[in-house]
Amino acid sequence: MRAMVYRGPYRIRIEEKDRPVVEHPNDAIVRVTRAAICGSDLHLYHGMMPDTRVGMTFGHEFVGVVDEVGPSVQRLKPGDRVMVPFNIFCGTCFFCARGLYSNCHNVNPNATAVGGIYGYSHTSGGYDGGQAEFVRVPFADVGPSLIPDWLDEDDAVLLTDALATGYFGAQLGGIVEGDVVVVFGAGPVGLYAARSAWLMGAGRVIVIDHLDYRLEKARSFAYAETYNFTEYDDIVVHMKKITDHLGADVAIDAVGAEADGNLLQHVTAAKLKLQGGSPVALNWAIDSVRKGGTVSVMGAYGPMFSAVKFGDAVNKGLTLRMNQCPVKRQWPRLFEHVRNGYLKPSEIVTHRIPLEHIAEGYHIFSAKLDGCIKPLIVV
Amino acid sequence: MAYTPDKPKLPESSDELRARIPGWGADLDPKDRPSVPQEIFDPGFSGAHWEFPERQPERWPRERSIEHKFLTPVFGTSCPPRGLSGAIRRFSYARFSEGRAAHWLLLLAADRVDSLESRLRPPLTPTGTRSELSHHGLRSRLGRNRADAGHHLLDPVVVAAPWIIGAGLAYAVVRRITR
Repeated sequence: MRAMVYRGPYRIRIEEKDRPVVEHPNDAIVRVTRAAICGSDLHLYHGMMPDTRVGMTFGHEFVGVVDEVGPSVQRLKPGDRVMVPFNIFCGTCFFCARGLYSNCHNVNPNATAVGGIYGYSHTSGGYDGGQAEFVRVPFADVGPSLIPDWLDEDDAVLLTDALATGYFGAQLGGIVEGDVVVVFGAGPVGLYAARSAWLMGAGRVIVIDHLDYRLEKARSFAYAETYNFTEYDDIVVHMKKITDHLGADVAIDAVGAEADGNLLQHVTAAKLKLQGGSPVALNWAIDSVRKGGTVSVMGAYGPMFSAVKFGDAVNKGLTLRMNQCPVKRQWPRLFEHVRNGYLKPSEIVTHRIPLEHIAEGYHIFSAKLDGCIKPLIVV
Repeated sequence: MAYTPDKPKLPESSDELRARIPGWGADLDPKDRPSVPQEIFDPGFSGAHWEFPERQPERWPRERSIEHKFLTPVFGTSCPPRGLSGAIRRFSYARFSEGRAAHWLLLLAADRVDSLESRLRPPLTPTGTRSELSHHGLRSRLGRNRADAGHHLLDPVVVAAPWIIGAGLAYAVVRRITR
């Protein structure tokens, strides 16, 4: 089969690989029809995530058709169209039993601090991902869902991570009616988080980024008030000025490990790999939110230490909330919102790239060329 | 406005927002939010028909975190460790917990070694930079006031570093032999 293969930082190509096989009785093999490149895939692509091995296939956002099932699979059969959450989870461990599907303890031997994620390095379990013609899907009776007939395939693939994560990020903010919510990052997760904040009754939603075309999308898609941080000497001071010098009630970090805005932080994290991530957006979130406020972290960070301004968070009495999104818990409610027209996930898709051209797709997304916000991979 | 007990006035009322933004307030009640609270004990919700899953066969000694009690019943089988990078990875997993910086620094070092080892196996790999020509590389950057444009110049250095280090090491070895 054809699959995207990592060859080292900034280098990927399409290779012929063996089709995955059933390795556990509850495995399914899914023929991928649509995948996506996630902003967090760029951390792997840039060589930031420890134990990213040459030869691995990335891709944790994908949908497809069941091609084969293991002997204990009861809920799926070959030919079923399925959407697969980016989390791999068993459904019954201590954490899964409490709904923490992204923190499953039975799927990642490489790390206890991380659950299992498709195509996301051995730090996340060493599973090949879905930027390929076929992918192994463990715990087929627990993870995947049938794609509802009314749901478009492009919308379905965005529900497997980006939309669910943005929606989850807004929930962790604990938004109450009339809250001022500031979202750092106008990428896919930031746009969805900003749009979701309104569903939870936000009184004002502000989005910060440095890419004008993404801020334009934040205004049109997420009805947000936007600011380009490069136009201000100090974006934190500006945030205070526009919130009567109190700060926002809720701040959401939707940027993560490769945040720009401070060259030293960016270079030490993204280029020299001396930090788990560049915490520029997280530090801005901590400094921009009001005392007693909440910071929700949706940006992905590596497992190493990062230079976070923890003292400010302590002194301000902040609540810091974060997790990888337990995607499947979000789906029933998100299906309602998509069906009601409250959320239109595929409106942020800018590029549809054939699997053969995925190297260009990664470069376009990484370098933010051509107005790229969300690239889908057509398999 | 002085620092008073009042919450600053919002530019729009809830009624105005509800009229302007589709779905405004649909999840106003936290009970409608699927991850509120984040932890809900409901072991039957996932639909799993096991209490502890069957174990996947271990086809080679699978490296694992020493913070785990045992090898998890299910695990990924991509890219078994091999070569010098594999030896570094195995050592890192066997010796250091996730709480130790040495664990992650060794794994990052193994990644760089893996990258170097793979360079010994041709052919060259595309970097996708052709899209600079086909997808408006210059126009996407010039005059855009982007914060990231400056450090894009470092990307080729990251890509070339293994070549430069390899060439330096080779030169040092040859020089030592020929002296």
